[in-house]
Amino acid sequence: MKLEKKDILGMKDLTVEEINLILETAESFLEISTREIKKVPTLRGKTIINLFFEASTRTRTSFEIAGKRLSADTINISSSTSSVVKGETLIDTARNLEAMNPDVIVIRHSAAGAPHLLASLVKQSIINAGDGAHEHPTQALLDMMTIKEKKGKIAGLKVAIVGDITHSRVARSNIYGLSKMGAEVFLAGPATMLPRDIEQMGVKVYNRLEDAIASADVVMMLRIQLERQKQNIFPSLREYSQHYCLNRSNIKLAKKDVIVMHPGPINRGVEISPDIADDPSYSVILDQVNKGVAVRMALLYLLTGGNE
Amino acid sequence: MKILLTGARIIDPAQKIDADMDVLLENGKIAKIGSDLLKSVKSRDSEKVKIIELAGMILTPGLIDMHTHLREPGFEYKETVASGAAAAVAGGFTSIACMPNTSPVNDNRSITEFIRRKAVEAALANVYPIGAISKDSSGSQLTEFWDLKDAGVVALSDDGKPVMDAALMRRAMEYAYSLELPIISHCEDINLSGGGLMNEGYYSTILGLGGIPSIAEEAMVARDILIAEFTKTCVHIAHVSTAGSVRLIHEAKKRGLRVTAETAPHYFTLTDEALQGYDTNLKVNPPLRSTEDVAAIKEGLADGTLDAIACDHAPHGRTDKELEFEYAEKGISGLETSLALSLNLIQEKVLSWSELIAKMSPNPARILNLSKGTLQAGADADITVINPQLKWTVDIKTFRSRGKNSPFHGRKMQGKAILTIVGGEIKYALPSLKV
Repeated sequence: MKLEKKDILGMKDLTVEEINLILETAESFLEISTREIKKVPTLRGKTIINLFFEASTRTRTSFEIAGKRLSADTINISSSTSSVVKGETLIDTARNLEAMNPDVIVIRHSAAGAPHLLASLVKQSIINAGDGAHEHPTQALLDMMTIKEKKGKIAGLKVAIVGDITHSRVARSNIYGLSKMGAEVFLAGPATMLPRDIEQMGVKVYNRLEDAIASADVVMMLRIQLERQKQNIFPSLREYSQHYCLNRSNIKLAKKDVIVMHPGPINRGVEISPDIADDPSYSVILDQVNKGVAVRMALLYLLTGGNE
Repeated sequence: MKILLTGARIIDPAQKIDADMDVLLENGKIAKIGSDLLKSVKSRDSEKVKIIELAGMILTPGLIDMHTHLREPGFEYKETVASGAAAAVAGGFTSIACMPNTSPVNDNRSITEFIRRKAVEAALANVYPIGAISKDSSGSQLTEFWDLKDAGVVALSDDGKPVMDAALMRRAMEYAYSLELPIISHCEDINLSGGGLMNEGYYSTILGLGGIPSIAEEAMVARDILIAEFTKTCVHIAHVSTAGSVRLIHEAKKRGLRVTAETAPHYFTLTDEALQGYDTNLKVNPPLRSTEDVAAIKEGLADGTLDAIACDHAPHGRTDKELEFEYAEKGISGLETSLALSLNLIQEKVLSWSELIAKMSPNPARILNLSKGTLQAGADADITVINPQLKWTVDIKTFRSRGKNSPFHGRKMQGKAILTIVGGEIKYALPSLKV
């Protein structure tokens, strides 16, 4: 099977078959990263540009490693958040990059929809590495790959996502992806962190963490952004952590074999207590990072026609 | 010069006329309106009269758009007074009122006079400047209303920079009322709308775009109604976009308050669902709302809650729109699509012909105290002729406006202005119309 898509812009656009294809391809790539010589010649001669308009260590590094392990040439461009500030529009940047003939452009941008604008302008494949509060499809794919590995399936699982859903692209991509794969998604957060009409995405919504994680198979904690305090999304980190921090006592409400996930970077003691984050019987946070490389290798491979 | 317009169906809501009649124009005024003027003209002085056959056409008092943005001075690359006036007559509008958010802001008589001079030079549509309520529209100190009125402004508004200070709005409404100058309120609580990019609801949630809640508009509509009631003055609510605003205005009118309101064609044509795909031409303020809001706007038009349809013509250059959604300017270039979109209301049986024309000519004239909007003998010869059957496709390349920012590009339309006469002179005629 081939991936009949030019771009990966969001989980909303992917079918169950496509998700399965990506996850299976990623599984076949996992092993490469365990070799002594972690490199295969698959994408030799291909060029991948990582265009990051927003600070990122994990995702950018993950894409870069993914490209390098497949022998592609990877170029990183980091820029300040706003193209307006920079003086060159995204459209001009895109046309310039296009003229250099890369094969894939990976973009992260603080403005929702920026990857869509880029995709409409250039003939190269675009991978959305996170756009504003919209989507972060590679994160959702690596999360699903982790869940599948730990639980053997996705369908029928109860997944709780806790935190600032309003500003989370990870939450949106996971809601789309997990729902498509047959999981039940439960959200929790104070009302100020739950965007309007989110129930229409087919999720159950709670205000209390305890209600959402009750008998959950998977608990996904989101990073709380301190700067949101200024917008009065929450009164203080102190109060937030008292009610929305996953800890030794409230995790007992979930299933015994619950796994705990976090897209990182974690705020220890704020949304997740250190002893949960570091407890290998719960935490799969570093497995997620590990799967991230494989998922991105799979996407680069599938988009450059590697499976033809 | 005399012009005889013959054979059209005349719709003049001010005189309650809806009949096949002829109209004779002379010296820039409407000389006569009646049946069979053709015969008497032919027998007497056919040589000196230009006769235009308009069988199957609709003839109305010249359409008036009470909410446009002409961008001059300051943003001439978006629109000039001349290009905006050209767009107006091409869209069937004989008169337009332009908002003060130019650079510098139209907050003093020299800017008002400049705009009026540019309009005279363009010699296309009548252009009525709207002055700012506060200096530089910064919301702190009133402008010189009296001086502005003397210079020719027909209303006052801080438009897109809403008056957040309720005390200032109160003083503005009181002072303006004594001068018979209407206050036009762009109702938006900028604390509630802050950072928002589109209507707050399911679609803003899935698109990850900051939401502008309907209450950002409604809270200010309620406030301005309360001020108008308390001070026994009047207020005009600009571009109503939500069901809640319609309800508030409906109740206010029922209680006999002097509140008038307008909406724009995009608020009864499009919903926020259209924003999937991040088309910046759909970014507008107030934002496109929900299906329920669109239904309420139509109901408000039908029951008279909404007095006028105005384009909120907001032309922008390519550099303002070819950007990430977040950074793009808000606004739709509307003068050349407004009529056709509004004609859909007749097709959908929301409004009759008379009701629609009332909202696009005599009602805006009444709100702005213009002696326009009728075909009565002696009135200014401002006339719009519409071919209600003409099928056409919106093509931004043919826009006379410099603003090509239309989400309706490529849309199939029915009905178009084919002849626009201002002060007895033909200012626009469809090329295929031999006049």
